[in-house]
Amino acid sequence: MIRLPDAHTIWEAARSLGLKPWPVHFEQVPASVLYEFAAYLVPGRMNHWSYGKAFYAMKTRYDYGLAKLYEMVVNANPAYAFLLDTNTPLEDVFVMAHVMGHVDFFAQNQCFRVTPPDMLEQVARHAERVRQYQFTYGAGRVEKLLDAALALADHVDWPTPAEPARRDPRAAGGARDTYTDLGPAVDLPDTHRVKPREANPDLLGFLAEHAPDLEDWERDVLAMVRAEMQYFWPQVRTKIMNEGWATYWHARLMRVLDLSDADAVDFARLHASVLQPGHLGINPYLLGYRVFEHLEAQAGSDAVWLAREVDDDVSFIRNYLTEDLVEALDLYTWGVRQDQVAVQSTAWQVVRQQLVQELTHGGIPVLHVEDGDFNRRRELYLIHRHEGQDLDIPYAERALHHVAALWGRPVHLETRILDAPSGQRRRLVLSYDGKANSNVML
Amino acid sequence: MARMGQDWSLQRKGPTDQARHLARIKAALRERLGDLVTEEAIIGSGGPDGRQVVRVPLKSLEEFKFRFDPWRGDHVGQGAGGTEAGDVLGRLPTPRGGQAGDAGGDPGHDVYEVEVTVDEVAGLLFEDLALPYLEPRGGRTLEQVGPVFRDIRKVGLLGNLDKRRTLKANLMRNARDAGGARIHHLTPDDLRFKTWIEDRQESGSAVVIAMRDVSGSMGDFKKRMTRAFYFWMIRFLRSRYRQVDVVFIVHHTQARVVDEDSFFKLGESGGTKVSSAYELCRTLIQERYSPAAWNIYPFHFSDGDNWSDADNRRTIEVLEEMLPAVNLFGYAEIREGGYASTLMTAFGKVEHPRFRTVAIAEAPDVVRALRRFFKSDAPAGVRP
Repeated sequence: MIRLPDAHTIWEAARSLGLKPWPVHFEQVPASVLYEFAAYLVPGRMNHWSYGKAFYAMKTRYDYGLAKLYEMVVNANPAYAFLLDTNTPLEDVFVMAHVMGHVDFFAQNQCFRVTPPDMLEQVARHAERVRQYQFTYGAGRVEKLLDAALALADHVDWPTPAEPARRDPRAAGGARDTYTDLGPAVDLPDTHRVKPREANPDLLGFLAEHAPDLEDWERDVLAMVRAEMQYFWPQVRTKIMNEGWATYWHARLMRVLDLSDADAVDFARLHASVLQPGHLGINPYLLGYRVFEHLEAQAGSDAVWLAREVDDDVSFIRNYLTEDLVEALDLYTWGVRQDQVAVQSTAWQVVRQQLVQELTHGGIPVLHVEDGDFNRRRELYLIHRHEGQDLDIPYAERALHHVAALWGRPVHLETRILDAPSGQRRRLVLSYDGKANSNVML
Repeated sequence: MARMGQDWSLQRKGPTDQARHLARIKAALRERLGDLVTEEAIIGSGGPDGRQVVRVPLKSLEEFKFRFDPWRGDHVGQGAGGTEAGDVLGRLPTPRGGQAGDAGGDPGHDVYEVEVTVDEVAGLLFEDLALPYLEPRGGRTLEQVGPVFRDIRKVGLLGNLDKRRTLKANLMRNARDAGGARIHHLTPDDLRFKTWIEDRQESGSAVVIAMRDVSGSMGDFKKRMTRAFYFWMIRFLRSRYRQVDVVFIVHHTQARVVDEDSFFKLGESGGTKVSSAYELCRTLIQERYSPAAWNIYPFHFSDGDNWSDADNRRTIEVLEEMLPAVNLFGYAEIREGGYASTLMTAFGKVEHPRFRTVAIAEAPDVVRALRRFFKSDAPAGVRP
């Protein structure tokens, strides 16, 4: 009878194979707790109904047996990983081996260099501050503010490592110390005119700093939402790599661990279930895993270690998704033509280019703050940097309501959209003045 | 590398926010109540169990953000092998595009929908309805339903200990006396027990006398409004009375009792004498539904196009004679635009707390009508 390896044995095995994960705390939790953490993405995060909605959806899928989450891992040092308490012992071993890959990736990939070491505590402090604001200003006001802030949370700039902090000169006096950690401080002359010196992709940061009528606590809430999104950005940028890396390593770790024959068979079944093809999307576990395996076969393990350290999904796919792989994985591009969902191409360069486009900027449209004093009436003018994909216009119209709720004055968004008769893309300005939407084709 | 054991039973964040999400759904549904109550899928679903599920799109609950149009451009997918350009993978789940100019009307596949049952709609609707002028009638008895646990006491059987309330009492006592809200030193004084009382429920019989004018055409709108109003009224009365009888009367110049099906379908030409229906109604009350034994709810649906002023006067005479015997007499005038009828004008002069009129011109008026007929603002003492 072979005893299944414990967490420490698995960690040691990971290190002996060259991984450098942080220490990991494993906790066994019931499904309701695991799904709660998965909905909030970090334990102890601030309250908002949208997390409750996500929790409800996930929990329902689990209760009906439609989906099962084995684990959830939190990027922190030491890392936290939560295991479902109904996992079999072998599932736990498998999941722990998988987690080692994730934690090594968090610790070693360059995208994660910017993760604040105390993010879990920060998130808990955010939750506490939000709770205080709910007491002071009322749950309704806080909820409305968070509705708007979370809707725009995608639009913060990428955290970049070790840039010397440029601070708003006004903050130096200490008057605004509630949110001195607010970034990115753009050095601005303290005048009526608010125009970023360079195109500013940090919409939420800009609103937190420059929205004319927000109160300090409201700016604080925006800064908190922004900080949390910045914490998640590296994970958004490396979904395929991260899952691929964890899968690549659970396969290797399970090979070196002592397993009975029966457990080896169970493991093979679990491994196969993780690697199901994705149908109309891609399965990041499968794609990442196969790219890493292919890379190792083609270029040796040094190339694999290098990729794990320096790439993100965009560069990983652009550099290493080859013709053989596209064919072996049966990847294709699909689109809607005359109400039919049809395969458009299986040519490997087309597929690779399409995938790179989908992954660029995490699949989120890039919006730049162009002018905070548009029309010389302090209206906000945003520009969508069009890179080939049109915006969902009805959604954008409603999302503008959120921008206006924070800016407090009329807001405009310039984008480009395919004009059906001419087949050309034309500039379209969506506006919302607090009461009504209007659109102008330029 | 620790595996830590911890008690997770106090972890309540997810359920708390979920409750808030559900409260938002409820509020959004309440806003749509006007459309929901006339929704054919709901009132047409027939069956008595109220568990039929209707999917209701709730646009106000979608999380709008700046995103790419999911229906434009191409995407990467993966097949099981051998996929070739031109292969058809499926059809669009729903045709693209909602109503014109309607923000968020598309794309079809991710409109936020919730499933509601007829019972849930009824729950929202009946929240602010009450039975006006309910007084003891001979047919009503107190019926013993059985023991229900809905009382809390400081003494009781240990098996019925209410742990939650006990801990709360302890917390509060410590906050008050021991300088900190914590659970500490449980004393007998903190204990709370659930205890039962014998539940007695009033039960009684009610009769709805539904009258309808079939002289003109019963257009689709009128039919839908009458049906919706009737559907919810019966359902509401059934939730309050053990037994609800319904009598259907249709009339043009003469009135007669018909079955439910004909009541909603009949359309005949000819003149209109409203008094004929009211007289039949009065006869029914006198002969079959004694006010001593029954709670009586006559309702009349009409476009108000009565034959003559003489008949209006006759109608009011009969009406005023009946009013002391009924719990509530409702007149609903269904019009598609236009002005109040001569009958409505004549009814304006009838001042009696048990007589209520309402005009229904569009779907949400059905809710308004129900609230008006069954409003809870009757003088204190007469409410159930």
